[in-house]
Amino acid sequence: MGGLQSEARAGRRRSWILRHSAIVRVTHWINFLCLAVLLMSGLQIFNAHSALYWGQASDFPHPLLAMDARPDQQGALRGVTTVLGHDFDTTGVLGLSYVLGFGERERGFPAWATLPGMQWLAMGRRWHFFFAWIFIINGLVYLTSGLASGHFRRDLLPTGEQLRHIGGAIWDHLRLRFPKGEEARRYNVLQKLAYLAVVFLILPAIALAGMTMSPNLDSIAPQLVILFGGRQSARTIHFLLAAALVTFFLVHVLMVLLSGVWNNMRSMTSGWYRIEHTEDVDDRTA
Amino acid sequence: MTERLDRRGFGLRLTAGLASLLLSGCGDEVSERPWVRHLLDKAEDMNYWLQRQLLPHHALAREYDEADLSPQFRANGSTDPEDEDYRRLAANDFADWRLEVAGLVERPQRFSLADLRTLPSRTQITRHDCVEGWSCIGKWTGTPLAALLQRVGVRPEARFVMFHCADTISVDRYYESIGLGDAFHPQTILAYDMNGAPLSVAHGAPLRVRVERQLGYKMAKYVMAIELVESFSHIGRGHGGFWEDRGYEWYAGI
Ligand code: HEM
Ligand code: HEM
Repeated sequence: MGGLQSEARAGRRRSWILRHSAIVRVTHWINFLCLAVLLMSGLQIFNAHSALYWGQASDFPHPLLAMDARPDQQGALRGVTTVLGHDFDTTGVLGLSYVLGFGERERGFPAWATLPGMQWLAMGRRWHFFFAWIFIINGLVYLTSGLASGHFRRDLLPTGEQLRHIGGAIWDHLRLRFPKGEEARRYNVLQKLAYLAVVFLILPAIALAGMTMSPNLDSIAPQLVILFGGRQSARTIHFLLAAALVTFFLVHVLMVLLSGVWNNMRSMTSGWYRIEHTEDVDDRTA
Repeated sequence: MTERLDRRGFGLRLTAGLASLLLSGCGDEVSERPWVRHLLDKAEDMNYWLQRQLLPHHALAREYDEADLSPQFRANGSTDPEDEDYRRLAANDFADWRLEVAGLVERPQRFSLADLRTLPSRTQITRHDCVEGWSCIGKWTGTPLAALLQRVGVRPEARFVMFHCADTISVDRYYESIGLGDAFHPQTILAYDMNGAPLSVAHGAPLRVRVERQLGYKMAKYVMAIELVESFSHIGRGHGGFWEDRGYEWYAGI
């Protein structure tokens, strides 16, 4: 987040800053594409056995999460999602859903959420592993450049002063008040913490959990399986991390929309971000 | 001015992004295009290459304890072959069954179950990972494939070990293949016992393959013949196995 241009216009002062470097912008959008494909092809893979377990092996009668279709008292099929032993009727979305050209089908996630749409595990795996490679390579480019350029230290690490005022930041967020003027130059503290968690925790962990599911890699790196508490635990953690990413994504996009969508999106594509100086800030800094 | 331009540029980008998302929404059609398949196949090559680079040839899959055995070991694929020949063999407990070992070997031979049981044996408790996503732990006893191959002598041209099976799924006979590296791996065995009892029909009686560092579909059940070949492009639909012919990876290490 560097360069600065100022323009004075009809009594209001705006300045333009180059908020995101080209590498951050390009890798951000490649990463988004990868995650979209990985999520949807992952759900296709999940559907091949729509149940999750803990430990090394599958304890079939006791899944942590399961989606299937069962007949109700009238004999009509219902989609049922079981979470820790509690059943929920999720007909139409989870367990049983409509597939164009095939009708009502027993399947974990619905066709609109999976890649490919119809049940096709082999192809889902091909999409998943291809985009896993792009995701890893893209991630390494982002990480190396972020470390080398000081971007992480400068822009993602919260300052001590930001951490001390975290309470106020949370309160401002809840009221949807976003920083203005000089404060808008940098990420706010909640943004920084969320990005740090995604970049250094969730994304590396989901990649590791994915690799832990490989029986081949397990034979050279048995520590991986121990780390995740077993192969089925790794599958469950992989799934939970994917869910965490979806949650981050929803909040992230909501915040982008609410805190000035055009300005944000311009800055994440062309790099340029507009700072509006409020009168009193102007008075102080002028 | 700058703002206008940027907005238009951004609009274009957004449209392009949405278009590609929609495209993936119709992933079925995209997935059916041959060039997409070819491109995505590159990942399989990279995975294979990476795993070969990383993998000491004889790294062992983890072995577990009796206490870890799965109470219910799922049987998948064929669980009760209806093929006439197989039925007849099963009817008298596979006394007439012979494992034929042929192809690029010095001394083609046939082995009865009793013959196999007199060869060296290995017992291992391992985790079986199915491509569908579940895992079960089982105890397997059988003849190391290496011991069998040493008996028949592998000719230098041979590159793959093919397993021809007794079961037909829809219209095709099941078959599989592995490379020589995996064939000589100490944990690659031809199992005749599971959890201390003779293999049941559901799990592949009288003989199934265990290739512990790959996924379940590599571990052919109901093995009738072993053939050493230089290439498998003329067998089945040419991809090295029943599921490989249906789009699954030949090297099923992940
Ligand atoms: C799951 C998908 C996504 C992930 C993991 C993600 C992650 C991130 C991260 C880590 C950053 C900070 C980058 C840095 O400075 O190094 C960021 C910034 C940003 N992202 Fe995303 N992002 C995702 C999807 C999206 C989408 C779909 C949009 C658009 C609607 C978007 C819009 C933005 C914008 C505008 C910024 C800059 C925010 C600012 O300047 O304050 N992101 N994202
Ligand atoms: C390097 C990165 C990754 C690797 C190596 C990887 C690997 C794998 C593997 C091997 C499976 C098959 C599990 C099975 O046998 O059922 C799988 C499933 C799955 N993957 Fe990934 N994956 C990666 C990244 C991701 C990401 C980023 C997401 C989400 C955005 C994701 C979402 C899923 C989902 C939802 C499944 C379904 C099974 C489950 O819930 O674990 N994966 N992945």
